[in-house]
Amino acid sequence: MQYMLIIHNDPEIHPRPGMKGFEELLAGYMAFNKDLEARGIKFSGDPLEPPTSATTVRIRNGKQVLTDGPFAETKEWMSGYYLVECQDLDQALELAARIPGAQFGSVEVRPVMSMMAKSAG
Amino acid sequence: MIRQERGRILAGLLRILRDFQLAEDCFAEALEAAAREWPAKGMPRVPGAWLNKVARRKAFDCLRRKKVRQRRQLVAPPVCDPLDERLTLMFTCCHPALSMEARVALTLRTLGGLTTPEIARAFLVGESTMAQRIVRAQRKIQDAGIPYRVPPPEQLEERLEGVLAVLYLIFNEGYWASSGSEMVRLNLCHNALDLAELLHELMPRASEVAGLYALMLFQHARSPARADGQTLEEQDRSLWDTALLERGVAALAAAREGGPYSLQAAIAGVHCAARRSEETNWTAIRRLYDMLLAFGANPVVELNRAVAVGMEKGPAAGLDAVQGLESALQDYALLWATRADFHRRSGQLTEAFQAYERALALEENEVARRFLLRRLAEIAHEQSLPPAGPTPGAARSAQP
Repeated sequence: MQYMLIIHNDPEIHPRPGMKGFEELLAGYMAFNKDLEARGIKFSGDPLEPPTSATTVRIRNGKQVLTDGPFAETKEWMSGYYLVECQDLDQALELAARIPGAQFGSVEVRPVMSMMAKSAG
Repeated sequence: MIRQERGRILAGLLRILRDFQLAEDCFAEALEAAAREWPAKGMPRVPGAWLNKVARRKAFDCLRRKKVRQRRQLVAPPVCDPLDERLTLMFTCCHPALSMEARVALTLRTLGGLTTPEIARAFLVGESTMAQRIVRAQRKIQDAGIPYRVPPPEQLEERLEGVLAVLYLIFNEGYWASSGSEMVRLNLCHNALDLAELLHELMPRASEVAGLYALMLFQHARSPARADGQTLEEQDRSLWDTALLERGVAALAAAREGGPYSLQAAIAGVHCAARRSEETNWTAIRRLYDMLLAFGANPVVELNRAVAVGMEKGPAAGLDAVQGLESALQDYALLWATRADFHRRSGQLTEAFQAYERALALEENEVARRFLLRRLAEIAHEQSLPPAGPTPGAARSAQP
């Protein structure tokens, strides 16, 4: 099964470039990626620019409406993601717990909807 | 009979189908077939095996139909587990990715053999709410890919804790239920006991499983003597179920590692060993509470320890031990009932009365409320009596 591991971070406590702990954080992500490769787990993923760079798009009455900023103002924001191929939820949870960002926020584990199963069911 | 077989058969179907709803459908179809055929052809020699066979045939039919529709989705059933399949089912139903409420409901529905309306009644929620809760949990197992297996060794301890928590919650809900009918409550206790027994049978070397099972046995053995909310001290100990007590002692012997459940069972065991409440070994109980607290601070455990201190060293020492728990437990009726009891034993009836009133205002359980009202009436009665003195006649005449 495919899972999206959505990383939410609290910018108040999440290390930024130049801050203490940032180097360790980067090293943590590198080690995590290496480990995924070593275990033959298929994955993709990237960090995201902060919500200040976001633009929200809506279609209303057939017209495109753009808004500056993210959809919702929250203390934590989505700061990155992994898309991983796992055996089951237990494996996905185990990976999520080892994402360095989990220490400064949370990681939401969402199964990717299997279109085959849904349309056939 | 069907209740007991249900879990085992469902577990087997789930292994084939990996779909709770389909598995339940197949089981229901097998039951329908039984209702059609048994009256005409007579009851099969082993009804459970008959049901299992028919249900499995239905499951393979389902699978074949599914295979044609979605060849690629099909996952071959894994090699058969040597452990009882109900164990697998228990770990799946109690997976930490499900909410505690969902785990409890799903466990009772799937393994306890309770119907949805029965579970709804036991937990005082509407039937449709409970049905929704169960379906949502089943769907999450499917959609989120919650595995259908006994966790690997490195995860076993942690996950087992979750399973035990569910069983203990079911038992306690039955034992202390704030309301609900007597029948439903007993049903929950029996269910939890059955599941704990099963778990103990399947994992005989798991110390905490044995501990929880022993704890339930000791507590359940005392049930006949506490029908009207009698405290341990007041219970007619001849009403205790000796067969259950013996099983409790045997189970406790298998709980060698002394985890939290085992320690609680040992405490219950010390209580049960006393023929009369005055013979209770409170020092042993206090020591066991000390050991229990080593697993983590817990104000309720500290309150229980304070009770033991009060019984061991006198009510004044008990009051000292309760001091400091008030901020954490001020809304907890038992804190006030405990304080009241220490005051009562010390002869401080006014303080006792006030504390009992406070407990009564917080207590929701009808049986416990009756107990508190009885105590209040006793104190009121005692206080209205004349103080003992050399001239009782004169004192009595002063009363209106």
